[in-house]
Amino acid sequence: MLRYIGRRLVASALVLLVASALIFVLVRAFGPDPAEARCRYSRSKAACMQEQREFLGLNESLPEQYFRFMGDFLQGDWGNSQRTDRSVAESVGDDLWESSQLAFWGVLVSVGLAVAIGGYSARKPYSKGDSLFTGLAFAGISMPTFWFGLITIHYLTGGLKDMLGTTEPIFYSIPNPVGSGPLEYARELTLPVLVLSVQLVAGWSRYQRSSMLDELHNDYIRTARAKGLSERRVVWKHGLRNSISPLVTVVALDFGGLFGGLIITERVFSRPGMGTLVLDAAISGDTQVLIPWMFVTGAIIILFNLLADVLYGVLDPRVRVA
Amino acid sequence: MSQDLAPLAEVGASGAPVRSYLRLVARRFRGHKVAVAALVVLVLLAGLAVFVNVMSPYEANPIPLTPEILGEAREQPTWDHIFGTDKLGRDMFTRSLVGLQKSLQIGFGVAIVSVLIGVVIGSLAGYYRGWIDALLMRFTDLILVLPALAVLIILASTPEPSFFGLFDFPPATTVTGMVIVISVLGWMPMARIVRGEFLSLREKEFVDAARAAGASGPRIIVRHLLPNAVGPIVVFGTLEVGLAILTEATLSFLGLGIQLPKISLGNLIADAEGTVGTDLAYLVIFPGLILFLIVLCVNFIGDGLRDALDPRAVR
Repeated sequence: MLRYIGRRLVASALVLLVASALIFVLVRAFGPDPAEARCRYSRSKAACMQEQREFLGLNESLPEQYFRFMGDFLQGDWGNSQRTDRSVAESVGDDLWESSQLAFWGVLVSVGLAVAIGGYSARKPYSKGDSLFTGLAFAGISMPTFWFGLITIHYLTGGLKDMLGTTEPIFYSIPNPVGSGPLEYARELTLPVLVLSVQLVAGWSRYQRSSMLDELHNDYIRTARAKGLSERRVVWKHGLRNSISPLVTVVALDFGGLFGGLIITERVFSRPGMGTLVLDAAISGDTQVLIPWMFVTGAIIILFNLLADVLYGVLDPRVRVA
Repeated sequence: MSQDLAPLAEVGASGAPVRSYLRLVARRFRGHKVAVAALVVLVLLAGLAVFVNVMSPYEANPIPLTPEILGEAREQPTWDHIFGTDKLGRDMFTRSLVGLQKSLQIGFGVAIVSVLIGVVIGSLAGYYRGWIDALLMRFTDLILVLPALAVLIILASTPEPSFFGLFDFPPATTVTGMVIVISVLGWMPMARIVRGEFLSLREKEFVDAARAAGASGPRIIVRHLLPNAVGPIVVFGTLEVGLAILTEATLSFLGLGIQLPKISLGNLIADAEGTVGTDLAYLVIFPGLILFLIVLCVNFIGDGLRDALDPRAVR
């Protein structure tokens, strides 16, 4: 097991290294020009660009720039934002904390729902309930997340308030306007978590349905039934245990998509976080923020892929050999 | 020779003779009621979008804005304006259909470009294997590791995109630029699917036969392997249309894609975002409903095609 983890660790570190170079080239070659962003409102643009390019070190060759940037980055010197002059390391730290709360609840709710729906559908395939969930899943993957967010704000803050006749909305559409405590926390996060979960639940529940369906055809399930275990035990203990490891992998692999969901959700609900950070940085051409942002998210995604590999090995011992 | 063998291969699963593969597929597709309904709705909506300039009595961007038009500002949906009118009295149904036109252009454009890239990369990797396969697939994996929407935002936020000043691309505020940007991150699943198909197809006897007859690698790929992988390619292409439409709308909503006064469903919704929570919220609800509906149709059609094209499916 340790050898398996070690091998995966080395492979992930390599991927991370190559990914960092790719990100650097991508942002430098195709991303916004930081000198242009600084000189956007300058009267003598050409001269200003020349000066800023020199100042930012953009006249050096790309490998030189990369190694200098990586050197600083690995020593913890992530520079300051061009737009706000705030330390990039600090804002990434703060925003990562904000986003992880949303992501944590979003993934937790989505996995829970996906397992419940997938299990139900696999137990009663082609029943009315299964067809309903299939339809909902199609609606989910076809749903424009940003529009769904606006619709939930319209109907579940103001709309719900008018319907119930309460003086203030039950759920908030912006972060924590008043007070603190668990109740306020829930009121603030319910709608963002709902919006973040729609696409995830839709994809994952379909996946869980088919892997559970495959599992329930196996001989050991027949054995479990034959020895008189209750249907609930057969499905939710034996079936689930074996069908959950593919889902774990899919969840981990979807972490890249999760950041996309965060960008949209945070924008719609005006929340601070990694999504807001990258959106603001991209619009203002702030490559000082973009490159570290991409490094950090890339590292997180690779880390979760690694975690999935390891978990898969724990849940399914056959994998370790390969 | 192949003509002699043809009738054997074309006997359907039920034993009834089927005249051609396409007919078999069409018959199976018709069995998928939801997909057929989705196709009908899609054709209707697309027809409305394509002919909106001819059919609609209103203009999407009337210039000049006459007092009569302005006088109809902020009208709730009625039979005259089924989606209502916006803050300048412009008919929202016409504007939504013009947005849909762009969505469809971009959706199909992206699907074609990403299928092309994906097929080329997947074919090379799957047919030649070895170091070509390793290199291409590691590259594919690498791009899949990046957070896609963030990369798209970075690519789309560049006002004058160019490759180190060597050659220029159209910016993402144009339809072509948008197609390029979304396609750059859209081809990876296609490459993986085609590679997977090829890995198993290339071991089949008919490929050995072609090779023995002296066919070159490219010829085998184009004439023998690709026709056998057409099912998964068509299905992916269909689903990619829906995905691209959603991506374009999202980028335009975030302010990075098509810019007003040029209309896209995303920027229409962004423009009316402030009406959420008021009784003008129909300005957000209706364009989004069109967007949702079109993507839903595309996804159902993709599902129907998957069932219809799958040679192993019994129906």
